[in-house]
Amino acid sequence: MKIRLGSAFMKPQFAALLAVLLLNWLVFPGFFDIAWRDGRLFGSLIDVLNRGAPVAILAVGMTAIIATRGVDLSVGAVMAVAGAVAATCAVAGQPLIVTLAAALGIGLACGLWNGLLVAYLGIQPFVATLVLMVAGRGLAQLVTSGTIVTFSDPALVFVGTGSLFGFPMPVVIALVLMLAAHALMRRTAIGLFIEAIGTNLSAANYTGLRSRSLILAVYGFGGLCAAIAGTIAAADIRGADANNAGLWLELDAILAVVIGGTSLLGGRFSIPMSVLGAVIIQAMNTGILVSGLPPEFNLIVKASVIIVILILQSDRVGELVAGWKRRSTVLPQADQAKSKTQVNIQAPEKMG
Amino acid sequence: MTSSQQAVLAATAITKTFGAHVALQNIDIAFRPGEVHALLGENGAGKSTLIKILTGAYTPDSGTVLVDGTPMSFATPLQAQAAGIGTVYQEVNLLANMTVADNLFIGRQPRRFGLVDQRTMARDARRILAGYGLDIDVHAELSTFSVAVQQIIAIARAVELSGKVLILDEPTASLDRSEVLKLFEVIRVLKARGLAIVFITHFLDQVFELCDHATVLRNGRLVGSQPIDDLNRTTLVRMMLGKDLSLHEDAVAGIEAEVGESLMQFSAYGLGGKVQPFTLNIHKGEVIGVAGLLGSGRTEMARLMFGIDTADQGELILDGKSRKIRSPRDAIDLGFGFCPEDRKADGIFGDLSVRENIIIAMQAKLGWFRTLSRDEQMEIAGHFIEALDIRTASAELPIKLLSGGNQQKAILARWLATDPRFLILDEPTRGIDVGAHAEIVRMISRLREDGLALIVISSELDEVVSYSSRIVVMRDRAMVAELHGADIAPDVIVQTIAAQPTSSAPFEGAAP
Repeated sequence: MKIRLGSAFMKPQFAALLAVLLLNWLVFPGFFDIAWRDGRLFGSLIDVLNRGAPVAILAVGMTAIIATRGVDLSVGAVMAVAGAVAATCAVAGQPLIVTLAAALGIGLACGLWNGLLVAYLGIQPFVATLVLMVAGRGLAQLVTSGTIVTFSDPALVFVGTGSLFGFPMPVVIALVLMLAAHALMRRTAIGLFIEAIGTNLSAANYTGLRSRSLILAVYGFGGLCAAIAGTIAAADIRGADANNAGLWLELDAILAVVIGGTSLLGGRFSIPMSVLGAVIIQAMNTGILVSGLPPEFNLIVKASVIIVILILQSDRVGELVAGWKRRSTVLPQADQAKSKTQVNIQAPEKMG
Repeated sequence: MTSSQQAVLAATAITKTFGAHVALQNIDIAFRPGEVHALLGENGAGKSTLIKILTGAYTPDSGTVLVDGTPMSFATPLQAQAAGIGTVYQEVNLLANMTVADNLFIGRQPRRFGLVDQRTMARDARRILAGYGLDIDVHAELSTFSVAVQQIIAIARAVELSGKVLILDEPTASLDRSEVLKLFEVIRVLKARGLAIVFITHFLDQVFELCDHATVLRNGRLVGSQPIDDLNRTTLVRMMLGKDLSLHEDAVAGIEAEVGESLMQFSAYGLGGKVQPFTLNIHKGEVIGVAGLLGSGRTEMARLMFGIDTADQGELILDGKSRKIRSPRDAIDLGFGFCPEDRKADGIFGDLSVRENIIIAMQAKLGWFRTLSRDEQMEIAGHFIEALDIRTASAELPIKLLSGGNQQKAILARWLATDPRFLILDEPTRGIDVGAHAEIVRMISRLREDGLALIVISSELDEVVSYSSRIVVMRDRAMVAELHGADIAPDVIVQTIAAQPTSSAPFEGAAP
């Protein structure tokens, strides 16, 4: 177990995160400062986690979807729908439990709709979820009647801006969701089944997996995660903006999953690594912000860093590096072999 | 030898290996102008490898390809095309969204003042197609025509581009009877024009109807190459399926005696257009061999029994009850297992570990939440790795790294872990090495002794004869015979397969 944990920390994603954090520290020396004020933690690092939470939550659901060889482009729009529903409920004076149930329920329904199109009607995930990506914003606008609905229900606002054990609520929610989802995947057979479906759908069907219902459930879970993220985003700004809430975040979520090492071709996946990917993305965003670099550079810097991370992860580069290492270490290996034989020769003498 | 004429395309002593697998061994073959030459063999016999070498898609390890007696070495299919060798594949390889004329002339359109000369192109296209008896609108999109017409257009293009040799790779697979006749007319015209035509098919009728010469490959070796007049159906089937049969008379084992009680009965079970209704009573402790040529409906029958396709007629009685199988899941719940023919596409989960590949069917049976612990998984996988002698460095290795034989054993282990009572094995020994081959054959006998009912589909007659208690023969998507006792012999099987089919044409089947 210890060895597996150790090798997990050897993954390039950790190196990438470390590099990004160090770079941030170089351009902004106060980056690692953390202060305790009013019963909660403050600092750039905490800010990275807090700002990264919505994408991390999206990435949790997106990981499972991508592992089935699918994709969900609608999560940003579903965030807007859930935010709009939550805001409307709060304005109507509903208690928190009703507000949350309504927001999460609509997210789940959106996800199941996607799953229905993909699993039962056989529509390509890209196209199937594109429908809701476009229609979702329209739906959100209908809910808010085209205005930005603001609210001040303290219970709902707490979800976005409160704190627990010193950590911002979004961070706590993301962490709990990540751990729960990871346990659900790995303590049950669901994770294995998802990987089997993503690796070879035909073989999965021949093996008796109920792949359709599992794919449906996975998209439903993705919608649920999007609704959680949408509720947090709305609670954070105390308002629902149908046009801009969650805008383009589906792309960040997909990117987080890819950075986390899950292949877009499906198969093996890791939810914690995807969350790490989301943290890396947010660390870059924050870094560019605090560095005082002109905002025009933001997207270009981000793209460059991402390219570097993806190159580091690519199998082909891995092979090249391994080949280069082999060639340059031929001599030492030969030496090792020699010393081993010497040991062998000496061993009987010792015994005698 | 009737063939005094010099071969336009010939290959001598061709050998090709892929890793440890010998795909072709020392093949000599010659194609003469004005002759239709059938190239026959089961899946994996080496037909496509040979075609790919003749057309420059592969380079042989040794041996020579000669065009008009001159040794050639093609680096690309384009060079083969320039040397006069054209190929038409089963799936029409044209651009569906462009016009007929475009398809005929793409890459070599007639030009006028630097622009494509549409008028000349249309005129030439009409002239070319008239030679094939086709009078169609050459400005229409290709996709608006039937597959048969597209096929002829593909042939026309190949002949225009090359003009000496035309290779047709299963051109009739998706055509109906009248379309096949139309295609045959075209082929006869080309033959009269002096082209050498290579015709790949697995329909024996077509061979006798159209071809002048037949060459049979099996397991990468040349079994025989003779003028069609010297052959009959029986010899041809024997060449495709069996070795020298007289050597294997002792392989006829009388294991029918100790068959157990009845397990289930398929009665008039069938699917319109795919499998004619069949009736089969399956007992515990017996192996039913299924013999038949490629496309005879043997795999389709297996798919029906396992619920991959759903039967639309007949019924299954199991445990005294009528059962419906609508999905593999239904079949698995009844205690069925299925090792598919295409191991890579339908069997293994390449990136998953050997352990996961073995336990997955059992876990699927248990459902999402009744999870096998890691220790239980290790124990089950370890047990089967040892019992079936699956050679792997570790149970955690991705299964794609294992050899074909060991992958097959792992899939067998996957089903054995579910404690099945009925196993369907579709070509369980295809594409695996000799050692693993013998082990799998032994395993089939052992499972039978343990009381399992097995259905084994195989093209290897010696093999199927050695372990079957009964043999079912498939032809033209129908079960045509059930062989017992002394009839379980390669000779009888060959006779049964080769027997003249009834009046209905094979490729029409029971069209809906």
